[in-house]
Amino acid sequence: MATEKRNKEEEEVKTDDGSPKIKPRPIVQLGIFLVAHSPVFSVVFSAAGVLALLILPLLAKNTYISENALMPGSARSMLSNRDVSDGSKLVKDIKNYRLNHEGQGVEVQKLVGKYMSEMVAEVYYQKFHPEGNQFHPLHFFSGPDSYTLLDNVSCASYGVNVAGIIRAPRGDGKESIVLVTPYDFINGGDYEALSLGITSTLFSLLARVTWLSKDIIWLVADSRYGDYRPVAAWLSEYHSPSFKVSDLLKCGERNTADNFRRAGTVAAALVLKVDGRSERFEDTLSIYAEASNGQMPNLDLINVVNYLAVHRQGFYVKVEKVVSLLSSSWLKIIGEIFEAVGKLAHTLNPDWNFGIPVADYLEGSATLASSLYSQALGIPTGPHGAFRDNQVDAITLKVSPRFPPDSKTRQHDFFLRGARLLEGTIRSVNNLLEKFHQSFFLYLLTSPSKFISVGVYMIAFALLVAPLPMVAASLYIEGCKALTKSTDNPTENLKSWKWLDAAKQVFALHLFGFIVTLLPYFICQVPGQHSPSNRSIMWGTTSSSLLLITFAAIPGCSPFTSRHHGTHWAVLKSVTISAAFIGLCLMSIINFATAEIGALLLVPTCLMAQPIKPALRSRRIKSMLGAFCSMVLLTIGFPVMFFAISKGLFGEGLVGLSLGGEFWTWLESLWAWKSATYLYIGMVHLPCWLLCLCILFHPS
Amino acid sequence: MASLVRSWIPLLILQSFLVAVAFGSKEAEQFSEALLLKPLPDRKVLAHFHFENRAPPSNSHGRHHHLFPKAISQLVQKFRVKEMELSFTQGRWNHEHWGGFDPLSSMNAKPVGVELWAVFDVPQSQVDTSWKNLTHALSGLFCASINFLESSTSYAAPTWGFGTNSDKLRYGSLPREAVCTENLTPWLKLLPCRDKDGISALMNRPSVYRGFYHSQRLHLSTVESGQEGLGSGIVLEQTLTVVLQPETTSVETNMQPSWSLSSLFGRKVVGSCVLAKSSNVYLQLEGRLGHESKNVDTEIEAHKLWKNADFDLSLKPDRVLRESSGLLFIFDIDKSSDSEPFDLGLNWKLPSKWSCQQAPLQASRFLMGSGNERGAIAILLKATESQEKLPGRELTDGRCTIKANIFQIFPWYIKVYYHTLQIFVDQQQKTDSEVLKKINVSPSTDKVSSGMLEMMLELPCEVKSAAISIEYDKGFLHIDEYPPDANQGFDIPSALISFPSHHASLDFQEELSKSPLLSSFKEKSLVRSYTEVLLVPLTTPDFSMPYNVITITCTIFALYFGSLLNVLRRRIGEEERFLKSQAGKKTGGVKQLLLRLTAKIRGRPIEAPSSESPAAESSFLSTKLIFKIILIAGAAAAWQYFSTDK
Repeated sequence: MATEKRNKEEEEVKTDDGSPKIKPRPIVQLGIFLVAHSPVFSVVFSAAGVLALLILPLLAKNTYISENALMPGSARSMLSNRDVSDGSKLVKDIKNYRLNHEGQGVEVQKLVGKYMSEMVAEVYYQKFHPEGNQFHPLHFFSGPDSYTLLDNVSCASYGVNVAGIIRAPRGDGKESIVLVTPYDFINGGDYEALSLGITSTLFSLLARVTWLSKDIIWLVADSRYGDYRPVAAWLSEYHSPSFKVSDLLKCGERNTADNFRRAGTVAAALVLKVDGRSERFEDTLSIYAEASNGQMPNLDLINVVNYLAVHRQGFYVKVEKVVSLLSSSWLKIIGEIFEAVGKLAHTLNPDWNFGIPVADYLEGSATLASSLYSQALGIPTGPHGAFRDNQVDAITLKVSPRFPPDSKTRQHDFFLRGARLLEGTIRSVNNLLEKFHQSFFLYLLTSPSKFISVGVYMIAFALLVAPLPMVAASLYIEGCKALTKSTDNPTENLKSWKWLDAAKQVFALHLFGFIVTLLPYFICQVPGQHSPSNRSIMWGTTSSSLLLITFAAIPGCSPFTSRHHGTHWAVLKSVTISAAFIGLCLMSIINFATAEIGALLLVPTCLMAQPIKPALRSRRIKSMLGAFCSMVLLTIGFPVMFFAISKGLFGEGLVGLSLGGEFWTWLESLWAWKSATYLYIGMVHLPCWLLCLCILFHPS
Repeated sequence: MASLVRSWIPLLILQSFLVAVAFGSKEAEQFSEALLLKPLPDRKVLAHFHFENRAPPSNSHGRHHHLFPKAISQLVQKFRVKEMELSFTQGRWNHEHWGGFDPLSSMNAKPVGVELWAVFDVPQSQVDTSWKNLTHALSGLFCASINFLESSTSYAAPTWGFGTNSDKLRYGSLPREAVCTENLTPWLKLLPCRDKDGISALMNRPSVYRGFYHSQRLHLSTVESGQEGLGSGIVLEQTLTVVLQPETTSVETNMQPSWSLSSLFGRKVVGSCVLAKSSNVYLQLEGRLGHESKNVDTEIEAHKLWKNADFDLSLKPDRVLRESSGLLFIFDIDKSSDSEPFDLGLNWKLPSKWSCQQAPLQASRFLMGSGNERGAIAILLKATESQEKLPGRELTDGRCTIKANIFQIFPWYIKVYYHTLQIFVDQQQKTDSEVLKKINVSPSTDKVSSGMLEMMLELPCEVKSAAISIEYDKGFLHIDEYPPDANQGFDIPSALISFPSHHASLDFQEELSKSPLLSSFKEKSLVRSYTEVLLVPLTTPDFSMPYNVITITCTIFALYFGSLLNVLRRRIGEEERFLKSQAGKKTGGVKQLLLRLTAKIRGRPIEAPSSESPAAESSFLSTKLIFKIILIAGAAAAWQYFSTDK
């Protein structure tokens, strides 16, 4: 891309010099043509990018089981009523126990452990510390191994996981499948206990089947301190135990270190949760798949669960969606247009069947938006995220039964179907002779049975960022011309170095962005308890003072310097756009969804940014409108502002004065989860936004 | 002359017969069969088939064997095998419930897949060649891919860590080998009665392979006669160990299941193999110490031993032996016949619980780390409950210690950093000198040889747990070393943990008959246990990548060379001159013709072409282009519409 651009420039320069016109070659001609008409093309491309994003639900394909070895649903379920009664008995026992002994979680754990060992499983208990992840800038991209062992552990709060292993009778023990049921042993509700019932039903079956080739681990995660932490602690003990003595072991009566057992490489994991009552007539199954930084499990895992749930067990399967989009009128209008176009196309050629009904379109868009949002946020949507950090494919299944938790008759049927679903999935994964590799890893879901693969969804992004290099080239040429005119000094007329001043400014602001990104770590180190709002104010003031220092220290950086010092705004904008382009492209490799949403914000802002002063001076409606647009875009583009708007959009209520605090909390969650989005905001979005601001107030 | 010959021949025949008889009476080939049954604490039953075939030393090579399999004797003679063991195993031995400190488990608990070791009686330089030839011969003999052990990357030469001290020992294992009935059939062919008669008739394939553990073993050793001119004798020991789950109807979970031979195997014994010198069935019951103190000489007491409140046997044992931890019932199956088949049954009446003797330390091995780059192998040794009771503690410098040997082969793609070896005893990190008594490391060479680690640890007796970790990097395989399809990963063979100061043996109080099974149990055998096989996921390249690489490289080459040639070939001065000369004339033929035509119509002279701005020209071009595109698109759409609308 860069060489092509240079070619274009050289070609252009040659004609400037008045040398005889040579008919350039077609590719160069096309380049010149694009650069010359960059405003038109940038509008066309950006619009096409947005349009491509909007028609993604139309382009979604039906999922299919790609790996033949999985064979979901081909074997008859072996679950019997005896297994179900085992599960029901466990749930009943837990309930009774909890009624009689309030707040004694340890005893419930023992009860679960007893049930497991009665099923000939190897049982052990694992203590873990509920301490969450600490932000450390240097550990940002390091793996899960970086959990630092705390030296002084208090015995006041620790969780205990219960895990049982069933060894495959004839297996070689090289691989295992993990089943996780998060359960709060102290405050867990009746619905949560049902997940233990389902898994216990299944476990009772698995203990006596002969077809297992992989060991099965059932982990009852102590979700007193959140769902994620116990699973992450267990996985970290599983994969990177510390052989050194830990203070935690001295807590409580049971010594747990020696008992920890393993069962080979984890092939796949399923997290099962039961919560709340289903709003629909059927039992509802929600699938959560997004792990940290937009990583997804192999699509085949979702396919198997979806296939079995829909076609065998009759669950209503759904994935998360943005509910507020379902009732938005503008999306409905777009959907209607697409439907009409689809119908028209169908009348022209009966084979053109890309039109879908408005309702489907709305559903698809809402799901797609949620899928994009969850991936972009980079925060795992459930405990399965901990597995993905260890390169294990995992999903969370959240089941909502349609009956109240105390209905005995329905419970039997519910256990049977839930356990059959898990049995089928485990049987499929058990069949696999290799790792999950056949299906997609990069995809967006528009419904549980529809997906958009990477080849399709990246068109939208490519179209969005395509105008950036064109506009950069055209602006550079323009700026160079303007500079050559304004200065007569031949030394300053060195063509190739005109971007240097602008680049300095861009670099300075990116450096500033980097420092701002690291600041929260130091603010967290400030002694004393501070509310999130205070911390955000601290952050805001330090950042703005730093910004002022940057402007003061580096001449030509500030938009307030005199005209002679500053660079031409067109060159500055050209370099800014190049920086934004590089940043977005890099981000699209790390986390595509972040880059897509970032491009939606940043591309129009960068393209529209132009000095406001000449526009005001000229008093022409067109330029005034342009200035107004760029100001609006800049306002929206400010991260805090966008956060507020998106909060409003997701129907979480408009935020008031505590905006700073909430923003801080949000960012804190981002860095705690090691989300690359945080780096993107600090190191790409913020500097580019500031640069656009500089251009807006440029004194030309 | 003819009559002389005719008179000599019978004499010769008679003489040779007499010689044969004489040898036979001195030491004939012997075959014996035995079956040991043992209920296990976790409601399973262990069946251990034991066949022993002895060939006495002889001096002739082309000797005819009466009983001994010729294939094996040829193998021994050809490759000068001194001792060899080959095992095929499926399933994992459960050290916790099935025992780890008895001769049965220390000899028959084998790693998953195929394990082969052999000691040769050849000069040092020929050992590797003999090994390679042996693997190929065995591969053909047992229908297994033992020939993969031929490659120098898959076997090792342990010096002392394996338990047998010899520099002519080679050891290799194939953890991925699937064990199947096709391996059992050639193994059975070595038996004189095959599976047609005798104890081996019990080996009903579906019931044998339905078991939780299945290990067939072939052990042969040569016995030096010590006499000049006489060859060496061979002892061939064939064992099959299966752990079966008797089918039960009772729902009570703590009750041991009752079983009989016919319910376990679906067959009955209808008589011994007529070629066998002895054929016995043994039933070993552990944890029956309560009867030991009583005098069992009387008939009633003896009767009580096998028919009591706890359990009863369906047949009367011929003898009852007591040993330190239990009882051994001996049955002779010679008496059984078609009409009265031997069908031993054990019927439990009361719930009964006992535990097996375990090795001093229980070993488990696992991989640390995740991802495709680095990792570590950890071996965890945990003290078992029976540790204190065991003999074999040693006092060195006034300290009570347990010795443990660790023998581990690393395939070359696991690049082990031996300096990262860390040893933790009771969660305290120890320096090497504190616990490591001996260590022998032979690093691997990429694609040439595998690495090997032998360690002797000296742990204090009161040790609760010990951990050893060693880090590694994952290597890259060559493209044709990958399996053709997507794979689950690569295996690290089992590590062998042995306790050189602990020996397992059954200690019978009475003097025994010369049963080979019991005498092998009576011998002291090294306590050893194998760890799990580990699975290392290696980076698997995308094999469609070469195609992509080729296309991309070709594109880049085309672009690069195209533009380079363009630059080299082009003469800008010439071109400019040419253009200038062309500027005078008109270029396009049709265009010129049109111009002339219009000029003629209008009656005006031909105009000099007006210079247009490049942008306008290009936009003019583009409108033409867009028009063309629309035209083509329209034509295509129309064609599509009419062609499909039938």
